[in-house]
Amino acid sequence: MDLMAMLTKVLTKNGLIFAFVLIGLTNLIAYKMAGLTKGRIHGSAVAIFFGLVLAYIGHGAKGIASIPMFAGIGMMGGAMFRDFAIVSTAFGADLREIKKVGAVGVLSLVFGLVTSWIAGVAIAYMFGYRSPVDLCTIGAGVATFVVGPVTGAALGASSEVIAISIAAGVVKSVLVMIMTPFVAKMIGLNNPQSAMVFGGIMGTTSGTAAGMAAVDPKLVPYCAMTATFYTGSGCLTFPSIFYLLTKAIFG
Amino acid sequence: MVIYGVALLAFCYLTGVYLGDILGALLGVKANVGGVGFAMLFLIILSNKGIDAGWLDKKSQEGIAFWSAMYIPIVVAMSSIQNVAAALSGGAVAVLGGVLGIVLGFICIPLLSKLGGQKN
Repeated sequence: MDLMAMLTKVLTKNGLIFAFVLIGLTNLIAYKMAGLTKGRIHGSAVAIFFGLVLAYIGHGAKGIASIPMFAGIGMMGGAMFRDFAIVSTAFGADLREIKKVGAVGVLSLVFGLVTSWIAGVAIAYMFGYRSPVDLCTIGAGVATFVVGPVTGAALGASSEVIAISIAAGVVKSVLVMIMTPFVAKMIGLNNPQSAMVFGGIMGTTSGTAAGMAAVDPKLVPYCAMTATFYTGSGCLTFPSIFYLLTKAIFG
Repeated sequence: MVIYGVALLAFCYLTGVYLGDILGALLGVKANVGGVGFAMLFLIILSNKGIDAGWLDKKSQEGIAFWSAMYIPIVVAMSSIQNVAAALSGGAVAVLGGVLGIVLGFICIPLLSKLGGQKN
């Protein structure tokens, strides 16, 4: 009786269930480590970083899922579950509250998406990327680490470019968490109005929630209110308007 | 029942993705255009309606809230299946892109906050 072989067989056969255990453990370690920073870095950012480390260990086109025993993670992190979970985050947004945010909230979303697009496209162009699909996907990644892969998948970008776009989003998310407390005074981030603008411009939900909490926990709901629309707006506009814009300029 | 919430979420998801496919075909992009965004919009509208009208009770809402809570873990799983080894060669793009993105953002915040302040 080969106990190891039997275990491997069970884990491979029940890949998705095994993925729940693995990702759960990854999160546990990440959140424990983030706790050591006293809330300066949010657990989600550490967990996503660990995810990217796992992908590197897998060392294949499908990251850790390139190893057959871990193929279930490929299902859990695949397009179906990803998009399903993203849609679910819209739950809880109250239409009446949204109306209160008003024109400035919408404008901050537009500014946030446009600045991300400019930053991503400019840097990607500097590094020799020329195809509108690659440029737009990297720009979308600067928006958030979710908009990047959604846009990349929609436009048919390569896994490499999608990985860059995720990395760009993670870099931004982590930087928002770390930098916000330091620049809060300078940019006047001390009232609901500016908190809503902050959420709309930065967009990264985990980044803004953690960064804002470090400045003033009472302002968190205001920035979350606009940030919650960022990913949705990004998923809507990057594969469409921004892609057509990129194609018109660089196509 | 929990399944009602999950079913509503799934319905919104499929409708949104279908609409995104149709819009993509209309635009000639050969891709799903904003399907996730449409699905989110449907979910906001329908769940608000459901709560107000009473047919989306606490238990049903839990079915949606569960998936919302699974969002970060799923994103962690998603990041672990990317071609990171290949992306590392383009690591500077990611870091500089992220940095430039937040610098531009931080510059815009005081400008837009002022705009909102004046209006009120």
